[in-house]
Amino acid sequence: MTMIEHDKIKGLSDRMAAEEVRGRSPWADARKRFMKNRAAMVALIVLVLIVIFAIFGLAFAEWDYESIDFMVMGSAATQGMPSLENGHYFGTDDLGRDIYARTVMGTRISLMVGTVGALVAVIVGTLYGATSGYIGGRTDQVMMRLVDILLSIPYMFVLILLLVIFGRRLEMLFLGIGLISWLEMSRIVRGQTLTLKNREFIEAARATGVPGWKIILRHIVPNLLGVVAVYATLLVPLMILTESFISFLGLGVQEPLTSWGALISEGAGTMRYGTIWQLGFPLGFFCVTLFALFFIGDGLRDALDPKDR
Amino acid sequence: MFGYILRRLAVAIPTLLLLIVFSFILMHAAPGGPFTRDREIPAQVLANLEAKYGLDDPLWKQILDYVWGIIRHFDFGPSFVYPDRSVNEIIAAGFPVTLTYGLLSFVLAVGVGVALGAAAAIRQNSWLDYLAVGISIGAQVLPNFVMAPILVLLFTLTLGWLPGGGWSFNNPDYWIMPVIALGTSYMASIARITRSSMLEVLSSNHIRTARAKGLPERRVIWKHAMKPALLPVISYLGPAFVSMITGSVVIDMYFSTGGIGKSFVDSALNRDYAVMMGVTILVGALTILFSLVVDIMYAWIDPKIRY
Repeated sequence: MTMIEHDKIKGLSDRMAAEEVRGRSPWADARKRFMKNRAAMVALIVLVLIVIFAIFGLAFAEWDYESIDFMVMGSAATQGMPSLENGHYFGTDDLGRDIYARTVMGTRISLMVGTVGALVAVIVGTLYGATSGYIGGRTDQVMMRLVDILLSIPYMFVLILLLVIFGRRLEMLFLGIGLISWLEMSRIVRGQTLTLKNREFIEAARATGVPGWKIILRHIVPNLLGVVAVYATLLVPLMILTESFISFLGLGVQEPLTSWGALISEGAGTMRYGTIWQLGFPLGFFCVTLFALFFIGDGLRDALDPKDR
Repeated sequence: MFGYILRRLAVAIPTLLLLIVFSFILMHAAPGGPFTRDREIPAQVLANLEAKYGLDDPLWKQILDYVWGIIRHFDFGPSFVYPDRSVNEIIAAGFPVTLTYGLLSFVLAVGVGVALGAAAAIRQNSWLDYLAVGISIGAQVLPNFVMAPILVLLFTLTLGWLPGGGWSFNNPDYWIMPVIALGTSYMASIARITRSSMLEVLSSNHIRTARAKGLPERRVIWKHAMKPALLPVISYLGPAFVSMITGSVVIDMYFSTGGIGKSFVDSALNRDYAVMMGVTILVGALTILFSLVVDIMYAWIDPKIRY
């Protein structure tokens, strides 16, 4: 028998130690996959730019979003076109209000609605779905039947009913959108929880006497985050669409505040007088943002759920 | 099968009742009654008005009366803003219009969507596939309220081919833009769903077997691939139907087609709760009925479902 060479063993153990340091978490893996997805990365950059536009855009505006430029008021078609000279980069509307500032404002509101809707969906939907799935049995059936019932209600009509009755305020819009956004999420989360809850680590937690709510919060929810992240990203554009739809009908955000839907609606109403910029700029921002969000969502799904291809 | 339908109905009817009760209570929670106007109405007149519409009864009796009216005569009561018109009349005036362009656009969305998606999957990575994928990605960001102004800009203001609004049952020129505006984004979704499910089915074992035994490709696709590939499409039809009904509100407003969407928004702006409730309940009933039909269709096509 040859003696085991110390150097070699040492070298091996060093290599293994180094290997261990480079261990990759699923999240790091996912990040790598996402970074490789060129469409998703471009979309992410575009989205970041739009968010920057929404936050800092007003700093570059020469007009604020509700003041009226009396020089162009009433003759938007001939004098309100986009121009750098009078500071209306995107032109003005018929009242002489600056479209640039209004687009910034609309972007803010729409992004906010999308984010809040998705956030409510994440929190409420995840907890509801995980609880329902984890407890199982009759509770699960009742909880899910409730979701079924709520889902089969034409929510847009109910939402408008809510807005009309309790006033067309921004908070009411947030509340209404939050009320509906979590339903699909809770279903998805429940399905995932059902497959998780019979795994060994959950069983181990239960055997050592961890209380149910703690298992849900500490062991089930963290394992759901991938699915939740993907679905939440895809939910943001849907929420923006919902809000824009309602604002397009004139039932959402009220003047002088505005959102993409309201701006598109105004622009669509006045475009036959030749003020095409009034439709074009908000519509452009709307479409580009939705595009970006959809691509990011798809990219995240590919990155976080490699099976699902 | 019959038992399954019965069980589904056992859920559908309470859902509808819940919707009615919910919207009724909402209506009553509203600050200010339906007769609150800018100008003060004398107390006696108000009391008489409330007695006439039964608003002085306790809430439970009002709900019962309302539900009973719907069950017995299909009667949604009078409009609060236009005393000479009942909710039924208002809905009946707009419903045929909504139904006409709604159905057309549903058929268009399903027909074109399935054809495009299936063709794209069968000729994967051909120009047809790229076209289909391009359309379905693009149309995702073109919901009805974006499509409508773009169509008007193109066909009315630039080309001058089509009327920019209005409705006539006799002249299909008026139908074209509402149908396209309403259907496009659903067409795109259906195409995308069909494409991915068709791709999955085409790579499955039973298709390989069918090909291996020498069936002509046409027969493989029509007889063996189409049915399983359509299952996800069918389960999408329910939600699509709901959002198309919702979308009709935009169409009615933008093209002045005069469907029920118009009555809904008008009543929302006038605070005419009776009409709002009538439309909401009608749409709710249609939705529930439709999802029932879809589920039955699904159970009938998918041999794996035992009910």
